[in-house]
Amino acid sequence: MQQIIFFFIRNKNFLLFAVFFTISVVLTIQTHNYHNDKYISSANFISGGIYTFRNNITNYLNLGKENQQLIQENLMLRKRLDQFKETVVFEKLDSTILPNKYEYFTARVINNNYSKTKNHLTLDKGEKDSIKIDLGVISSKGIVGIVSDVSENYATVQSILNTESRVNAKHKNSGHFGSLKWDTKRPNVIQLVDIPRIAPLAEGDTIVTSGRSTIFPEGILIGTVKDFQLDKDNNYYYVNIDLFNDMTSLEHVYLIENNEAKEILELEKGVEDVEQ
Amino acid sequence: MSNSDIIINIVRFIVLVFLQVLLLNNVNMAGYINPYLYILFIILYPLDGNKGLLIFLSFLLGLSIDIFEDSGGVHAAACAFIAYIRPVVLKYSFGVSYEYNSVKIKKADPMERLTYIASLVFMHHFVMFSLEIFSFKHILLLLKSTLFSGIFTIIVVVCTMILFNRKSS
Repeated sequence: MQQIIFFFIRNKNFLLFAVFFTISVVLTIQTHNYHNDKYISSANFISGGIYTFRNNITNYLNLGKENQQLIQENLMLRKRLDQFKETVVFEKLDSTILPNKYEYFTARVINNNYSKTKNHLTLDKGEKDSIKIDLGVISSKGIVGIVSDVSENYATVQSILNTESRVNAKHKNSGHFGSLKWDTKRPNVIQLVDIPRIAPLAEGDTIVTSGRSTIFPEGILIGTVKDFQLDKDNNYYYVNIDLFNDMTSLEHVYLIENNEAKEILELEKGVEDVEQ
Repeated sequence: MSNSDIIINIVRFIVLVFLQVLLLNNVNMAGYINPYLYILFIILYPLDGNKGLLIFLSFLLGLSIDIFEDSGGVHAAACAFIAYIRPVVLKYSFGVSYEYNSVKIKKADPMERLTYIASLVFMHHFVMFSLEIFSFKHILLLLKSTLFSGIFTIIVVVCTMILFNRKSS
């Protein structure tokens, strides 16, 4: 017994170090699993509050650029509305009764990472504003990421600039789809893999979300084809994509909730259970 | 450790965490190079201070940065590691006698001081980036990040030490 106690006293620094190191490694590995609950995230009262404080100050520096973007977006929406008016004869519909498939929320980015290999953003909206895990996040120019954690007042978003992120995307013209990955090299270039060889790709083609998952609706802009090459087996393309979004300066974003997501996921889960 | 030492270290802890998360994490030189000045706390921790306490405080320091950065426990692990290895690095850079004739880090020979700082910084960065990147596929990125961020951190650490040394004397 005495031996054991002496051993502990002699090696107390090493044991202390071993305990703390193990805790840290466990916490780290936990963040690599996307769907696990996280104990450590910036969506908490203290860091959220401090980031909001900082953002309240730095917000003013980008006002000019933000205004430009909003004007651009308004212009685009106005054009679309005009096209819509010309082609469609309105029937009188009470839109409040019709259930909308997608619901939109707005939020402000209070912290943004893009220089690491696993990047996250922090938003100033949380459970209180009915934000949930797995909502899609977009800006006016394109896709941003997926909500990975929420607290009462804040939410963290797993950016598409994260080696763990997989988002379904398709070639707008031909409809061939693949998934988005990030090779960590540049914050404005992302990779699209698993596009079959028969897809008629060309530089400058638009890539949009495919709508195959329950997170993003179809047709959210992602970027344009920068260059592409066949992979080792010559079956699939490996495509570099220039993002429309400037991931390094995000200020206001939209969150999308798919009201039918729960139903779809339950149905799919049921099928999987039967197959097992 | 005297009372004033304790207060200085508490203040240093808080100021460094805030400086790191509010300012230095957003430098992003050339896209990915950030200085990690907050390990100055571990570098400047009193040489005669309790080693167990240092490991605990370093873990807390790293964890605070991790909470802000959403990075799990990579900073906490790296900090706990260099806090544990610090006595070895001290012995290696200042000689065996550092424990007895109480070398002051701020007044030591510049070359010895640089060895000490550089060893801690590179070890910290290596552990941190290995855990963050966590794959052999990106080993080049790991080495590149460690080297460039390490050099940047060393420059900032040395500058900070010179700046505050002058003020206090």
